[in-house]
Amino acid sequence: MSIIGAIRLRARRRRAHLRAFMRQRELSPVADRTKKIAPQAIVLLSTVRNERVRLPYFMRYYRDLGVEHFLVVDNDSDDGTREYLAEQSDVSIWSTEASYKASRFGVDWLTHLQRRYCHGHWCLTVDVDEFLVYPFCETRPLRALTDWLDASAVRSFSAMLLDMYPKGPMQARPYHEGQNPFEIAQWFDSGNYTIQRNNWNSNLWIQGGPRARMFFRDNPYSAPALNKVPLVNWDRSYAYVSSTHMLLPRGLNLVFDEWGGEKASGCLLHAKFLDTFAVKAAEEMTRGQHYANSQEYIAYQDALASQPDLWCKFSEKYINWRQLEILGLMSKGNWA
Amino acid sequence: MSVGFVMLCHTALDRAAEVARHWAERDCPVVIHVDKRVTRLAYDGLVAMLSDLSNIRFSGRFACEWGTWGIVAATQGASTIMLRAFPEVRHVFLASGSCLPLRPVEELKAYLSTRPRVDFIESVTTEDVGWTIGGLDLERFTLRFPFSWRRRRRLFDGYVKLQRKIGYKRRVPPGLVPHLGSQWWCLTRQTLSAILESPDRADIDRYFRRVWIPDESYFQTLVRQVSTNVESRSLTLSKFDFQGKPHIFYDDHLQLLRRSDCFVARKIWPQAEKLYQNFLHGDASGQATAEPNPGKIDRLFAKAVERRIKGRPGLYMQSRMPNENYENGRTAAAYSVFEGFAELFDNFESWLGKVAGTRAHGHLYAPDRAQFAGGETVFNGAMSDSAAMRDYAPKSFLTNLIWNTRGERQCFQFGPADRQEIGWFMSLDPNAQISVISGAWIIPLFHSNQNFSDIRREAARLQKIEADHLGVLRSPWTKARVRIWSLAEFVENPMEPLQSIIDEISPRSLRRLTEAPRLADLKGFGQFLQNLRNQGMQPILMGDFPTGEDPNPTASRRGRPYLVK
Repeated sequence: MSIIGAIRLRARRRRAHLRAFMRQRELSPVADRTKKIAPQAIVLLSTVRNERVRLPYFMRYYRDLGVEHFLVVDNDSDDGTREYLAEQSDVSIWSTEASYKASRFGVDWLTHLQRRYCHGHWCLTVDVDEFLVYPFCETRPLRALTDWLDASAVRSFSAMLLDMYPKGPMQARPYHEGQNPFEIAQWFDSGNYTIQRNNWNSNLWIQGGPRARMFFRDNPYSAPALNKVPLVNWDRSYAYVSSTHMLLPRGLNLVFDEWGGEKASGCLLHAKFLDTFAVKAAEEMTRGQHYANSQEYIAYQDALASQPDLWCKFSEKYINWRQLEILGLMSKGNWA
Repeated sequence: MSVGFVMLCHTALDRAAEVARHWAERDCPVVIHVDKRVTRLAYDGLVAMLSDLSNIRFSGRFACEWGTWGIVAATQGASTIMLRAFPEVRHVFLASGSCLPLRPVEELKAYLSTRPRVDFIESVTTEDVGWTIGGLDLERFTLRFPFSWRRRRRLFDGYVKLQRKIGYKRRVPPGLVPHLGSQWWCLTRQTLSAILESPDRADIDRYFRRVWIPDESYFQTLVRQVSTNVESRSLTLSKFDFQGKPHIFYDDHLQLLRRSDCFVARKIWPQAEKLYQNFLHGDASGQATAEPNPGKIDRLFAKAVERRIKGRPGLYMQSRMPNENYENGRTAAAYSVFEGFAELFDNFESWLGKVAGTRAHGHLYAPDRAQFAGGETVFNGAMSDSAAMRDYAPKSFLTNLIWNTRGERQCFQFGPADRQEIGWFMSLDPNAQISVISGAWIIPLFHSNQNFSDIRREAARLQKIEADHLGVLRSPWTKARVRIWSLAEFVENPMEPLQSIIDEISPRSLRRLTEAPRLADLKGFGQFLQNLRNQGMQPILMGDFPTGEDPNPTASRRGRPYLVK
């Protein structure tokens, strides 16, 4: 890469840091327990908005994996999300009424928290509807993975977003608090993903899955990106650029092997398509706070009116991570 | 007579203490070396934890940076104490803080007492075998390494390069034959003391101080001078991956470790509670006293390394995105592409599916939609038939299809009327079997009810596209199995080429084709071509059809197409 290119990327990263610095005043602490973050602790970061129903299972899932502290930004919830989280002893929560979109979809807020509290920690940045699955996740806690990544001198871990959906219309089986969402959304698309390489940022651009198949079949270019790098051994000089799809410095995006081998990777099971989705989509239409002018949601809105069934006879029913590995959606790499 | 353990520790001291206690309580003396870089507080904690045991000693501390002399110095110091303080020890076993005994100490003692003079140390000459995983081997002994590999990687590499360039070489002391091997050994008192009390030790140490990774060469080299009975293997189960770092064992390896019958394994993840519980406190006696047999574990790790280095052929995913020509297989399995067959034969797809027992698709790259077999709108892996999605990433479409249907051969039709972008990719793919009847695309035009001027224009366009495509298939870079017939050639004797294609698709069936696909009606075809010529369009790809005389195919002939009547 040319020197000018390098300077540009650095400038971009600095800009991200500056934005984060400017937007920190939008955050007001509700419960600040960051003093309790132990050295080496694995930290989870998330932005939430009206997720009260989903939170109990989400918290349990990640506590079981070995997340030790949750840093959460609450974006103007009114369903008790804030109060619920403030009560948890391993959660630090900030609230804001500012614009989600202006904060680059929460990235600025989280960048600020990452720079401030996550330096030197393995840090997992996920949404409330994203559940990390990695090789051996049934028998080995997250700490085993991060220790192994440390020993291998790897700084970032890739986990592609895997959209999960129920059979039949989404409204058919309502989601109850505390329930495993994948009891309802059990199905996924196993092999319709397209991958392109972005040489400028060294990242991959993955698209496909049920959303591309159903809502973007005539305009696949606009289908949502599924590549994610949610687990990073954070340094205060890092920054997420576009959600968790892309990082700077760009070496962190090199989560794939270019010479034929496979690096270890996981999946983020995406529990988006539940009965709560229609409500979210409707709200999003009025708020217009999502990526690319909520283009994605506009596409959903049209299709959702007809109560679509994302399921098809080639949908795959989720069993465990080994299944995802065999299907080639994730890999053990050389972790055995 | 007993065995004593020398332990080198630097992290997870509580686990090291647990293991040391296990051995000490079973009447095996232990000497512990703790890395100097460990804090005083942690060190004191360890000492306090083990203070109730009389047969544990702590040796003088050295900084053990990986690849440097410190580790050997630590081993020497601790071994000296072991030999001096515990005269009953006959074998000294070198272990690390992350080692875990897999079999009861009694079994190890019994094993060693039947082999009282044997030194278990992996020791391989540098000249014959590439023991190391990447990096240096003989040069470890002949170059100088003043820079830290961990912290000054560039200087380290640069200095090695410089020395190679100017041809600098250290002299190996006379009498020493460089050997390499695993750091973890079990030596007899005789051998170990002979090494440690050697009159030349000062000189030898001075030499090895500057050798790269001396812990994998110091004892391994010297043992050859003093021992009469070297068994070149390590009693410690320790596997290295392709980066040269040890594989780590977790709780889910419990059964695997049990069955390995090895005495000691490293390295164990410090939080593998189940492993520590089972092997340190569980009742493991009553097992057969078998020879160590790490075969299963070897295979597991060898597979893991292979996956990391070679990956699964034909897979493109988030953590495997090979550069072009490094794919180790562009696609996952063999497939067949038929060009012109569906045009020449009326029922080719259904015939093919029946005869070859494969999945026979239509034109997957047709402009309007991907024509999956059976008219499906979605296919394996939930692939969509949308032309827009396919054309958005034509390569992904093909590689996904082949990956999703592993175990079932895929066949599809292709032609100049289809999207052409995939042409190069297929021709460079050794998995592709491409059979072309050139010029057959004209048959649908021949049958169509269009104005002749439109037919002429369309024929000229398609002919140009197919000529380009054939150029690709005939290029010297092509790796696919390509067969090309002109239409005239093929029509004359269709069964023979069909038979050889089918034989290649399903070599085991070895059946003669008894049923031929139905040839399209070609009455008046020669005249049709002549009309095109008369209009100024030169149809060349079809071969020579005599005007006026209709082709007289022998396709209806049944039975053995190879028989000469």
